[in-house]
Amino acid sequence: MTHDTSPAIELRGAGKAFRTPSGALHTAVRELDLTVGRGEFVAVVGPTGCGKSTTLTLVSGLEEPTEGEVLVGGEPVRGIGTDVGFVFQQDAVFPWRTVLSNVMAGPRFRGAAKAEARERARDWLARVGLSAFEDRYPHQLSGGQRKRVALAATFVNDPSILLMDEPFSALDVQTRALMSDQLLDLWAGTGSSVVFVTHDLEESIALADKVVVMTAGPATVKQVFTIDLPRPRKVEEVRLEPRFIEIYREIWSSLGEEVRITRERGTGNAA
Amino acid sequence: MLPESATLPQQPAKPTDRTAARARAVRNRTLLVQGCRLLVLAAVLGLWEWFARTGVIDPFNFSMPSRIGDQIWTWTTHGTAQGSLGAQVWATLYEALYGWLIGVTAGVLLGIALGRVRFLADVFGPYVKVLNAMPRIVLAPIFLIWFGLGPASKIASAVVLVFFPVFFNAFQGAREVDRNLVANARILGASNRQVTFQVVIPSATAWIFTSLHVSFGFSLIGAIVGEYIGATQGIGLLVANSQGTLNSAGVYAAMVILAVVALAAEGLLTLVEKRLFRWKPVQPGAER
Repeated sequence: MTHDTSPAIELRGAGKAFRTPSGALHTAVRELDLTVGRGEFVAVVGPTGCGKSTTLTLVSGLEEPTEGEVLVGGEPVRGIGTDVGFVFQQDAVFPWRTVLSNVMAGPRFRGAAKAEARERARDWLARVGLSAFEDRYPHQLSGGQRKRVALAATFVNDPSILLMDEPFSALDVQTRALMSDQLLDLWAGTGSSVVFVTHDLEESIALADKVVVMTAGPATVKQVFTIDLPRPRKVEEVRLEPRFIEIYREIWSSLGEEVRITRERGTGNAA
Repeated sequence: MLPESATLPQQPAKPTDRTAARARAVRNRTLLVQGCRLLVLAAVLGLWEWFARTGVIDPFNFSMPSRIGDQIWTWTTHGTAQGSLGAQVWATLYEALYGWLIGVTAGVLLGIALGRVRFLADVFGPYVKVLNAMPRIVLAPIFLIWFGLGPASKIASAVVLVFFPVFFNAFQGAREVDRNLVANARILGASNRQVTFQVVIPSATAWIFTSLHVSFGFSLIGAIVGEYIGATQGIGLLVANSQGTLNSAGVYAAMVILAVVALAAEGLLTLVEKRLFRWKPVQPGAER
């Protein structure tokens, strides 16, 4: 905690509605109230397709809320903030840039000199274990390696707010566990606040200080659980602890109901 | 450290008998395909020649391969009625290249601009559609009146033919940029200008390049038609003159020369493309 007492992220009654191509109004999220403290790791879980990602786009400034307020560092969000990092679900690395150049992109966009950007990029590539790959193009890497490039490219900007939208959902189970551990390591050094969206409850408990359960869409916060598992954690080990299983059961009793509702609505709009 | 980062992909181990057999099969297939290609060419030319010589088709109207060969030989060694063959080829190439460069530059710039700026697209969209719907080749006579018999009128007709395919592809390319990439760039701190130059243009290059292939052919058409209508130099004029003197071999010979020129230009473009797209994964079956 710093001397500034305002929380890192605050959503006050935030809502977002989109116009669908057919002209109808689709409410993605409604009446969102959520506070993320400084340096806190918050995981957001909910049924697939419920509007979890929309929450992130509101915080990032990529989209504006149609209702309510979104505050970052006590200030209302206007456009894309400079202290925000975003790791996307799909590959968002630039395919025509080499690995090194991809990681340099952030500092270069923000006006850093080439030499300085290169130095910082190399430092982060070393931390994600990709130093030997800096001259490769993304298509020459595995999915896990590309994800690590994305992590390095995000962390190199020193974001105090880190938003992650199901970042590891496309990876296989082993790579995912590896990446989760690596994320915890990387994050531990930065003191940044994280909002991590996932539909995987295990992943959320293993990573987070706080798990937010969302309702079936249009989503709003249903319940918030504090995870009191000690850090540092290793995701594959923490999973086996009795306390973990206890928490899992407790949260699932809340989340399971929403998942059921989503399923009953049919597979048509929530795949 | 992660296990993957330590190991680089290894070259395959020493070839076994099966890999050798496979390599041989691939080689045999390549030879077979090339052999059949030659056979087809020889059959078509042979039949043509045979029919013409035996009078099945009228050699005066349809000519025959040997005469076309002779005609090309005469032009190469003794020059054409309007100067050396090299000068004719160069005149046409010069007009086509100029027209192509101008058309491509204008097409790419306007395509990207309209693709990026919604307002411009909304204002100019309908006009572009109307212009595109016109059969632009009929503008060639007008250009002849405006710009005279020199290269300028041919360059102008090449430009109008080249501009539209390039424009539409650049426009589409700028529109279809992966939204994730744009969002990512913006989060990483890119300004609008940086998004245009470092995200939109690189992702649109693939689109633009497909149109470059087609459009060079169009620029040649523009130049040739322009020359055909009225010129002092060029392959199009060769065609027109041969036609005027009822020399069908000359028309065919000019076509052959043109095909060679077009193929050479295409090859050059492919070479540039390969260098520019090193970042792209090689797609199976992509090479022709």
